[in-house]
Amino acid sequence: MSSITLTIDNKKVTAPEGQSILWAALDNDIYIPNLCAIRERTDPAASCRLCFVEVEGKPMPVTACTEPITEGMVVNTKGTESQSLARTALELLLASHPVDCGHCAANNSCELQKAAKHLGVKLNTKRYRKLLKELPIDDSSPIFIYDPNKCVLCGKCVWKCHELGIGAIGFAYRGFDRMVTSFAGQPIGQSNCNQCMECVSICPVGALVAKENT
Amino acid sequence: MSSEIASAYQQLKETSQSRWTDLIQGDKPVIMVGTATCGRAAGALDVLESIRKTLGDDHQDIPVLEVGCIGHCYAEPLVIIAKPGGEYPPLLYGYVTPEIAQLLVRDYVFGEDPSLEFLLGAMETNELLPSMNDLPRSTYEHYIILENCGRIDPDNIDHYIATGGYGALAKSLQMQPENVVEEIKKSGLRGRGGAGFSTGAKWQICRDSESDYKYIICNADEGDPGAFMDRAILESDPHSLIEGIVIAAYAAGTQEGYVYIRAEYPLAVQRVTKAIEQARQSNLLGDNIVGSNFSFDISVFQGSGAFVCGEETALIASIEGRAGMPHHRPPFPAVNGLHGKPTIINNVKTLASVPRIIDRGADWFSGIGLNATKGTTVFALAGKITNTGLTEVPMGTTLRDVIFEIGGGIPEGRQFKAVQIGGPSGGCLPESALDLPIDFDSLRDAGAMMGSGGMVILNEDDCMVDVARYFLEFTQNESCGKCTVCRLGTKQMLNMLDDITKGEAKLEDLVTLEQLAHDIKAGSLCNLGKTAPNPVLTTLRYFRDEYEAHIHDKHCPARRCYNLMAYYILPEKCQRSCDACVGTCTVEAIYQGKTGIKVIDQDKCVKCNTCVEACPPQYNAITRISPLSELPEAMPPMEKK
Repeated sequence: MSSITLTIDNKKVTAPEGQSILWAALDNDIYIPNLCAIRERTDPAASCRLCFVEVEGKPMPVTACTEPITEGMVVNTKGTESQSLARTALELLLASHPVDCGHCAANNSCELQKAAKHLGVKLNTKRYRKLLKELPIDDSSPIFIYDPNKCVLCGKCVWKCHELGIGAIGFAYRGFDRMVTSFAGQPIGQSNCNQCMECVSICPVGALVAKENT
Repeated sequence: MSSEIASAYQQLKETSQSRWTDLIQGDKPVIMVGTATCGRAAGALDVLESIRKTLGDDHQDIPVLEVGCIGHCYAEPLVIIAKPGGEYPPLLYGYVTPEIAQLLVRDYVFGEDPSLEFLLGAMETNELLPSMNDLPRSTYEHYIILENCGRIDPDNIDHYIATGGYGALAKSLQMQPENVVEEIKKSGLRGRGGAGFSTGAKWQICRDSESDYKYIICNADEGDPGAFMDRAILESDPHSLIEGIVIAAYAAGTQEGYVYIRAEYPLAVQRVTKAIEQARQSNLLGDNIVGSNFSFDISVFQGSGAFVCGEETALIASIEGRAGMPHHRPPFPAVNGLHGKPTIINNVKTLASVPRIIDRGADWFSGIGLNATKGTTVFALAGKITNTGLTEVPMGTTLRDVIFEIGGGIPEGRQFKAVQIGGPSGGCLPESALDLPIDFDSLRDAGAMMGSGGMVILNEDDCMVDVARYFLEFTQNESCGKCTVCRLGTKQMLNMLDDITKGEAKLEDLVTLEQLAHDIKAGSLCNLGKTAPNPVLTTLRYFRDEYEAHIHDKHCPARRCYNLMAYYILPEKCQRSCDACVGTCTVEAIYQGKTGIKVIDQDKCVKCNTCVEACPPQYNAITRISPLSELPEAMPPMEKK
């Protein structure tokens, strides 16, 4: 596969043809906030709306995970417009996230914290009203805990679970009520989950955590 | 090959014509009843039954046809009676009840009295009676897409073929597919689903995509509140649509088609399914269509009620059996669509235009309309307008002409305030925008959107904040929840609007609201999210003073928002001896004040509006007051002696 040269934030980088801006940037140590991106996934979910960047010649910011790189492309990850969109998306997520980092197993490894620091957004942002779901925590699995309130609906766990051929979890409901759950909403411990812990290791926040870490 | 198709079609047409003339015997009267959903809602089926009963066993030979939507929905149920060889052209009767229907049959079908007191107008221009064509609105209207609606029997393919139907298909099959695409391109036809993408260009992309199998889907998932154009076509003229689909399929080289109809349109599903079956029997679908070497078939797929499934990628997911959720475009469906194959998705009105264009030529079509938008557009007029119903006008007609000349203006002497155009994806345009010529681009510049063509007219009794809130509540409910900004952003916006209508917001909230609206528009994954803020953005742009009045003065100018408004009985208008309001109040909130006039106990009142309806019009004593600070002090109750 031939490689492509492009400029990201004034830095010349090369990346394999067919790659998206997001992975080209991340592989070259340029951070772009993201929650739902999975490298192996050929059809990016593009659902978290955090990876907005500006590309020279494009009238509007684009999501870096869906935009394939092209030769000579000039990308700016710090444009005012793109950062404004990313901040809005992040603040919306934080407004619906129980920010209690001190007691969270994902503290310091959380992608929300990382994105907030990068974008200069306070974790307890006041721009939007706090809208929490207050759903019960599922601790039915012997080795991990699922807290749907902390879930950012990135869909990584669902993708992984299906990719492994297990299919214990999926999305249910629509709109604000959308959530990750097992079939018919039964406790995960009683589902066909085989406790492989892959979902726990891929979760970018503290929604799925190992019991030994809590 | 060409001559074989021509002769096969000629034979088909002759058979249909002879079958049709057998049914409609030349000298017999023909009765047509508009039994599309709009007619049925007004009681058309009772009218139909009454007609059949009055005809009785002795006159079974008089054909009674169920036709589709005749267009004048405000006057439903509608009946057309044609007496060939009689004195009058076919006559259209409106507001027909079963009793009137009985009279019409006795006096005009059996007798010679055309019962002019029930007449709406003649169907053709003539010298004896005013015709529908003489109405001022007909100078503005131009029927192309709807031309068969209410005029042909949708359940009988012979009627369609006998009037030249499927001729455009036979003509297309004799052309090279590329030339059919060229013809559509040349006509300037743009997708009627809302975005206005060039139809010919879309077909070309699909045609050029390399694949062993391709699909075409007709998007009939009409979900905008107040829009019913597609339903009318599906129920009234399904064969025009099928013919359009087959032509498109041939031009773009697709093998299989779907009509994606929402399950909430049961009559449309029934009529289209039947039409497809009839088309198959006549070899207009299936193998070697009309003697050509082109094979193609269509099936109906019923959508299960999600608004987002009108978005093409969600629609495809839904047909594939997955949850109806959109994905990122590109790839566009024309390159990578249903089951990963190139797929054309066109709106009902787009496809129904196609046979007319092939039939009459691209130049004819491009001669209608304005600038970059050719042809006509169909609107469903609803809300505070005299003539609710369907209309079709050339692109470039002004909103003023549509609302006042065709729609007959605002009833009950009220004032026009705004027109909500394009449904939840569209916007509210004020009086100052009325002279805007309607086309995709001008509406987009004004902040609204052509959408699928729903037009809801609002008067001074409508609160613009509440209207924006209504549409946002709709999209928020229909958001699939996949992407962050639409899922959480519309919810936050709705909360802010709720606060404003309750008088609990601060002026700086408007800034947050507007910024969030812009970010959702720019940052959403699909077009549902990208357009969801439009009703809010347009009302903020054109009616900002109303938002400010709610926030600043706790005043709802339309006196609609419950928390900012109260009902009040005007003492100078109230009639002491009348107790209508007291008797009707559901919560016993109205008492007799000490002078004998009625008074509302604001603590008990639930603002249900029942008393306003009960108050006799000659008194008209109950009014709404906003802000609450202007509510006069309540009179103490009458002392009991």
